[in-house]
Amino acid sequence: MGWFILRRAGAAIIVLFLGSALVFFGIRALPGDPATVLAGQEASQEAIEAIRHDYGLDRPLPVQYVDYLGRTLQGDLGRSTQDKLPVADIIIERLPITIELSLLAIAVAIAIGVLTGIVAAVRRGRFADYMATGFGLVGLSVPHFWLGLLAILLFSVTLRWLPASGYVPFTQDPVGNLERMLLPALVLGTGFAAVLMRQTRSAMLGALSADYVRTARSKGLAERRVVGLHALRNSLTTVVTVLGLQVGVLISGAVVTEQIFVIPGFGKLTVDAVATRNYPVIQAVVLVTVVAYVLVNLCVDILYAVLNPRVRLSGVAGD
Amino acid sequence: MSLLEMTDVSVGFATEDGLVRAVKGMSLSLAHAEILALCGESGCGKTVTAMSIPRLLPAETTRLSGSITLDGRDLTALSEAEMRDVRGKDVSVVFQEPMTSLNPSFTVGFQIGEVLRRHEDLSRAAARARAVDLLKLVGIPDPASRIKEYPHQLSGGMRQRVMIAIAVACSPRVLIADEPTTALDVTIQAGVLNIFRDLRDRLGTAIILITHDLGVVADIADRAIVMYAGRAVEAAPVEELYARPRHPYTVGLLNALPTAATAAGRRRLAEIPGMVPPPFTDPDACAFAPRCPRAEADCTAARPPLESHGASHLAACLHPVAAVRTGATP
Repeated sequence: MGWFILRRAGAAIIVLFLGSALVFFGIRALPGDPATVLAGQEASQEAIEAIRHDYGLDRPLPVQYVDYLGRTLQGDLGRSTQDKLPVADIIIERLPITIELSLLAIAVAIAIGVLTGIVAAVRRGRFADYMATGFGLVGLSVPHFWLGLLAILLFSVTLRWLPASGYVPFTQDPVGNLERMLLPALVLGTGFAAVLMRQTRSAMLGALSADYVRTARSKGLAERRVVGLHALRNSLTTVVTVLGLQVGVLISGAVVTEQIFVIPGFGKLTVDAVATRNYPVIQAVVLVTVVAYVLVNLCVDILYAVLNPRVRLSGVAGD
Repeated sequence: MSLLEMTDVSVGFATEDGLVRAVKGMSLSLAHAEILALCGESGCGKTVTAMSIPRLLPAETTRLSGSITLDGRDLTALSEAEMRDVRGKDVSVVFQEPMTSLNPSFTVGFQIGEVLRRHEDLSRAAARARAVDLLKLVGIPDPASRIKEYPHQLSGGMRQRVMIAIAVACSPRVLIADEPTTALDVTIQAGVLNIFRDLRDRLGTAIILITHDLGVVADIADRAIVMYAGRAVEAAPVEELYARPRHPYTVGLLNALPTAATAAGRRRLAEIPGMVPPPFTDPDACAFAPRCPRAEADCTAARPPLESHGASHLAACLHPVAAVRTGATP
């Protein structure tokens, strides 16, 4: 098990390294020169050159990359061009908000998606199955921004149950924080729940017709145990895979959701940075996203090993 | 009185195309410590017949009639909860596919212990100790360490032994073994059959052995029922059946067994011409008549009933084979 995690972690570091290179060169391949943006429209050629020199932009790209990598490894992500604040500080301030939102959305998605997926599989071809499948189709098709607006209309404007927007740190006011996070999490989690529902349903359908489920029944086990332990355990691999794959979707969903609910999170930071051409921030935001993706998939790999003894063994054997 | 009594049991499955009748009016009885073989081609209804006893057929589509009593208790009248107390305890099953019948996510020890804890109210530690004993019983070497392994770490023969360990964990009255040796190497087959014989001798377990392999039947069974198209066509003690088969279908099955003569190329392996009738049709006639070399006009006029052809020998044939079968006995 330890070896397995080490091997996966090693692979993750390589991916991170490649990701950082992609971010760095990708941004520099985009049209436009950060120095001209920074210097403003009326700047002279000398001023632009000076800025270029200041930021080290006049040096060869590989040198710049090594420099960037070195500073990034030390936690120095540069300074925002807007307010000159260290980018690392901005991210540390914004990221936890989005992590909270994402975790809540994942919780919502698992609670709704996995549960309805199981029910749909067990009651295949019956009313509950059609309901769940229908819900899944709607959940997949409805865009976040529209669902968000509808949710605000219903729960905030008409029913007045929850605040429409804004953010309070959890440490300041836990109840207020959750009140404000609930709607965004629901909105962000719905599409995710739909995907999970469909995957859970098909995985459970496969598992329920497996021979080992028949064996479990032949032991006289209660249906709850047959479904909830024997079948579900073997379907969880699929669920975890979908979770890992959907993190990217979740991050882009967070961008939209935070915009609608005016949550000062990572997604909103991204949108603002793009709008103001804040290159150091964009660079950092993309890098952090890559890190998040890699970390989540590392967790998924480890979860695989926990869930599936066959994966664990092949890891140890060093296949 | 026999341990298990199955009377006029019919099983159908509701499909979009109508009711598929897999078993039609089967009756059988099973005595304590008896090994009864159900034989016949694929699709003849032998598995469905056996699985109707612990009610392991898909509940929603299965239409069952007739009565199945175990020790005088009608199993068909039990509620699902009562039936769960019977499954794994009074009636247990060894399935055909050892490679897929164990759950890949749980250790062997967990899967054996689970049935013990379900029916015998044992602690985890006690169940584990019993699981080790059971693995020893079915002939798995080094059981104490095997118990911690997952199914994929075991060979097919080992897995089948684990399946048997699960099935016999609670000392069932009736053990149903569905083609238990079909997926195994010949060398391992004999070992598995020995485990069954041993269980019967030591625990008095009655065994219903489902197989299409008449060699296995000869090896281990006391009595055999030959099924064709959902019905019993012949039933007799094994020695009697091999020595004096009365139904032409049984004769066909026995002739299809490879012998030394066929192996040496001196005699061609006999096959039964034609196909098994489709499950939707059920004419009032002998179902085997279209394939039968002895069929005459009356065979298609009415269904021949199961009639006595000697001591505890039943056959459903209007023109039974009379002569003592020639050729090598298996």
